[in-house]
Amino acid sequence: MHVGPVVVIDPGHGGTDTGARGANGLVEKDVVLQVGKILRAELERMGYRVVMTRGDDSNPSYEDRAALANAYRDAIFVSLHVSSTGATGNTRAYFYQFPVPFQATDTSLLSSAVRQGSGAAIPWEEAQRPFAEQSRRLANLVQIELMHRFSQSPNAPTPAAVRNLRSVAAPAIAVEISSVSVSDPIALTSLSGLFAASIARGIAAFRPMPAPVPGLP
Amino acid sequence: MPRDLKIALGILTVAVAVGLISLRGLHRRMQGLAESQSSDEKARREVLAPEIATPSDVPQGAKIYWAAGEDRVTATTVELALSADPVERGKQVLQALIANTPTAEQRTVPADAELLAFYILSDGTAIADFSDALSSETPSGIESEQLVVDSIARTLENNVPTPRRLKILIHGQEAETLAGHVDLTGFFDLNPPNAAPQAPAPSSAAPIPSAPSSVPAPPKTLAPGGVPKPRR
Repeated sequence: MHVGPVVVIDPGHGGTDTGARGANGLVEKDVVLQVGKILRAELERMGYRVVMTRGDDSNPSYEDRAALANAYRDAIFVSLHVSSTGATGNTRAYFYQFPVPFQATDTSLLSSAVRQGSGAAIPWEEAQRPFAEQSRRLANLVQIELMHRFSQSPNAPTPAAVRNLRSVAAPAIAVEISSVSVSDPIALTSLSGLFAASIARGIAAFRPMPAPVPGLP
Repeated sequence: MPRDLKIALGILTVAVAVGLISLRGLHRRMQGLAESQSSDEKARREVLAPEIATPSDVPQGAKIYWAAGEDRVTATTVELALSADPVERGKQVLQALIANTPTAEQRTVPADAELLAFYILSDGTAIADFSDALSSETPSGIESEQLVVDSIARTLENNVPTPRRLKILIHGQEAETLAGHVDLTGFFDLNPPNAAPQAPAPSSAAPIPSAPSSVPAPPKTLAPGGVPKPRR
């Protein structure tokens, strides 16, 4: 029986949606798929159960990507991206930033309902809101790992309204590395392993895998 | 020194002098071309986006937020004739944000993007409707797209005191994202520097819009504790 969280890896874009494109032929959708596969192997080696929103050149909708994560009671969602511009190896972890609730009373009731497991429904578009603090903490731990390995990276995560995260009812972050504009594609693709390993270590710091119980398979 | 060598040196000196003069001329011509392109763009902009003038315009310092590096915006004070009407004032500062960018490095909103409409709803929601170029010409990426949103939001909140939140439309429609990453289906906070602490919004505030109709219909609510089985 599996114990511990299910990590949902979300390589951004796919299919006709290439994401960022570099003059060197690099496209974001391919780079993030490669990183996603490396991250999957790394996490599985650490004992995590891992699923991916796409394992090929398909392009699931934002809703389908979120629905995959929301199908699990204990998930961690990581969306992978590459920027168009920026210094090579600049890496950032993002957590979703919602605006201040316009209907504060209603939203606080919804958040409370989720925390207390009262069974009350929350709007699909606001599914990430109750997990904002957990997501910020996860982003912070991943950013610390990234900062140690990629010297140009900031020392704190960045709040941003990343679309892939909005409807995920679980701790959810996006991680972006710079950039497809490198003159030599190898300069970016050679960082994939280190990038994936940093994210995996951040996840492990956020939710360590429980130690195996003696006598259990 | 042999006579031939003197002649060769003389010819060489003349050639170098002619080369330097030509190079300088070329440099001047290139500068002229760049200035001409810049003035062409300015002229085009003046035709496409005539200056917004209202009877209540008063020259004053407007804080326009342009890029200061790849990940942040900073205010530059620009002398503008600003209207007392918040809607016209919003148009004026957003137009300045696009058209008066000091340098290419400081540009956030693409040069070809146009502000098609700007209005403020009674609940304090500012609606800024931009042309397709905002979406198609912003470099795809979380950082670059967030920079564009930040520059628009910070410029508005520091010059137009009325609105409390911002909705960005692309050509009159709600867009899923700006250029593939940053969510435009929701709103962005506007926090004027001199505003009183935010009171809870009245219950008559506009409801949060549902997902665009082009999105496959997801369940509109999510019941915690009642999650569906993973699909296989």
